[in-house]
Amino acid sequence: MEEKQEHYIRTKTFILVWAALIVLTAMTITAARMRMGEWSMLANLLIASTKASLVLWFFMHLKYEKKIFKMLFLIPIATLTIMIGFTFFDIWYR
Amino acid sequence: MNEATHIEHRDYTGAKLGMWLFLFTEIMLFGGMFLLYSIYRTTYTTDFHEAAKEMSVTIGAINTVILLTSSLTMALSISALQRAEKRRSLLFQAVTILLGLAFLVNKYFEWTGHIRHGYYPNSPELLAMSHGKVLYFGLYYVMTGIHGIHVLIGLGVICFTFILTVRGTSSSTDYIKLENTGLFWHLVDVIWIYLFPLFYLIT
Repeated sequence: MEEKQEHYIRTKTFILVWAALIVLTAMTITAARMRMGEWSMLANLLIASTKASLVLWFFMHLKYEKKIFKMLFLIPIATLTIMIGFTFFDIWYR
Repeated sequence: MNEATHIEHRDYTGAKLGMWLFLFTEIMLFGGMFLLYSIYRTTYTTDFHEAAKEMSVTIGAINTVILLTSSLTMALSISALQRAEKRRSLLFQAVTILLGLAFLVNKYFEWTGHIRHGYYPNSPELLAMSHGKVLYFGLYYVMTGIHGIHVLIGLGVICFTFILTVRGTSSSTDYIKLENTGLFWHLVDVIWIYLFPLFYLIT
């Protein structure tokens, strides 16, 4: 029962995270309009990953979970990185 | 701790772990499609940029804000239930459902717009276009379509937890169903966070 207490997250925290997500959305649209070529794609992916991390860390309570949840989440991320990364080695150097 | 808490055994960690493992399979489902997208986008870069001009950034941005806000209300409904504020939790769940519906209504107008312009799988207009554009629209329909189905399923599950909360089955002492529903809803949001720049912002 004592573990229940740590799940109580303040409303203010959630609203701040939401505000950050909205600001990042505005940033990603601005970055796309700046026409920096491939750099805008990189900027957009970085912004998207920051937004995804905020949702995972706060809204999905990953910050407040036991260590095993954080460690396990690395598995799909690593799998995806290997999958996409190795495919691109093939595409780029074929 | 009294006797009652010992009799009713609840394994929150186990339940959440199960939910996360399911979410990993969802990540792999969409991951495969993201892989396909990135390969075709690299192969047909100009076609993808041209095809993305058909997308309305405004509708995409509105839908992004709608989903982000619905994630906020979902998170707030869980903390409200944990604090035993039943009415507040129900209110936030209802708002989440309404926002999810608003997302789907926008998607409906967006899709019918594309179809009216002749962009739908196997349409004569589309088949007359370059290979890359056909692939862009194919991926667009499959990825946003499967994402839309996830929104629809999420809405159904939130309706279910709403009833459970009204009945008191989900409460401050048993909120795991609502919390796992929240996890699903947030994951659907995370996927949209990537879909938005990849399909709307590449012109």
